[in-house]
Amino acid sequence: MKAKIKGLKCRECGSDYKAEAVHVCEFCFGPLEVDYDYEAIGKRLSRKSIQAGPPSLWRYADLLPIDGEPTVGLNVGMTPLVHAKNLGRKLGLNHLYVKNDTVNHPTLSFKDRVVSVAISRAREFGYQTVACASTGNLANSVSAHAAEAGLGCYVFIPADLEAGKVLGNLIYNPTVLSVKGNYDDVNRLCSEIASEYPWAFVNINVRPYYAEGSKTLAFETAEQLGWRAPDHVVVPMASGSLYTKIKKGLAEFTRLGIIDNHPTRMHGAQATGCSPIAMAFEEGRNFVRPVKPDTIAKSLAIGNPADGFYALKTAAESDGRMGHVSDPEIVEGIKLLAECEGIFAETAGGVTIGTLKKLAAAGTFHKDDVVVAYITGNGLKTQEAVRDHVGKPVEISANLAGFEEKFKLEDKGRTLQERAAG
Amino acid sequence: MAVSVRIPAPLRKLTGGLGDVTVDAGNVATLVDKLEAAYPGLKARLCDDSGQIRPFVNIYVNDEDIRFLKGPDTPVNDGDSVSIVPAIAGG
Repeated sequence: MKAKIKGLKCRECGSDYKAEAVHVCEFCFGPLEVDYDYEAIGKRLSRKSIQAGPPSLWRYADLLPIDGEPTVGLNVGMTPLVHAKNLGRKLGLNHLYVKNDTVNHPTLSFKDRVVSVAISRAREFGYQTVACASTGNLANSVSAHAAEAGLGCYVFIPADLEAGKVLGNLIYNPTVLSVKGNYDDVNRLCSEIASEYPWAFVNINVRPYYAEGSKTLAFETAEQLGWRAPDHVVVPMASGSLYTKIKKGLAEFTRLGIIDNHPTRMHGAQATGCSPIAMAFEEGRNFVRPVKPDTIAKSLAIGNPADGFYALKTAAESDGRMGHVSDPEIVEGIKLLAECEGIFAETAGGVTIGTLKKLAAAGTFHKDDVVVAYITGNGLKTQEAVRDHVGKPVEISANLAGFEEKFKLEDKGRTLQERAAG
Repeated sequence: MAVSVRIPAPLRKLTGGLGDVTVDAGNVATLVDKLEAAYPGLKARLCDDSGQIRPFVNIYVNDEDIRFLKGPDTPVNDGDSVSIVPAIAGG
């Protein structure tokens, strides 16, 4: 692999740093970002070179911040881009697509993307132990990839997490720290621990590398659409990192001539019970006021979003909108996607679909626009959210009479052909 | 009022490597000034040119973000612990 990382650069003041495990600028506390040698990358990257790569996110390795070959998470990514015809019909959209990361390998969320990059990078640095502050999906992915890589693993989660997400850590046998507090408390604690222990906290000291993994959602979308940028994207926001990195991915592809320059309107989605970014947008502020989260969308429950400022900037620059939906609307969104498309999303997906619906109702889209909704996690992990809002099985005894006691259907006795004839 | 202050890794070059320091102060604003007196250069890292705490700096008094308290006017008392934490983390 040829050199592609020049170093890290502060997004605020432009100070340069070596490409090490540091994440904030010593001078202004701004975020550090990977500084790529785009000139060198542009000379070797093409649609053809990408298509010759593996059927995983590593086909975009030229734009991912590791020096050598990836060493963990080799099968992550290249999830389906589903043409959501039924849901599109309901919303008046002919070209609605769902980027379906509910089936990402191996832990069924988009976090496998960022973690495979972060841990491959952490191993290049020589770390023996990985860790994270998580609302659930990230911890699952760090636990699984640490197991694959044979690394020590500490994951820190809020104490009130869904049972599926807690078990989804424990099965890989990491050390799980259940912290009395919300995600923001967990995050602060981990920031302090990261200052004291020689561990790779994927979303703290390794964050500049980790966050780049999210760009692959944009790369895959563009490739799967036939090498073009969508007209609109709808993206769930917790810290706002994924949302800004999808924009960055599209911008990189454009800069390198992989896709034509095409404006994509970036729309962000939050749960009303934790909507610091959407509220700032609504009130016309360019800064975020932290909130105390209270929503069933626990995976998005970050009250103090690190990338809120940049998310607001991205929305403004792309003529994007930001919406938020209540807990009942989240449940409705999950059910709508399931019933229309056969995709069972977690609560964050309900936030995305609920917001998509609102944006459609507000006339944000033209019926022939290409709209991509990002579904980032799997509903089997957040069953609590919908358990009381779905039907129940019909209990019957194991014989025909038992069945017909409940169902007397006019189909009885007809052949398939007779039925088709009406 | 002796208050213990946790210093994050990016600022430890200014505190001679110390991660934990103690200063006397009555509120967060004076605490920042006292830190500056003891470790010159530190205030410029925490505050912008107009003296406001930078947007990417989070300060906690006894585990609570001062933005949920009284901001820089948040009082600190003997035995309180203050943490300075980079805002860019997580997600």
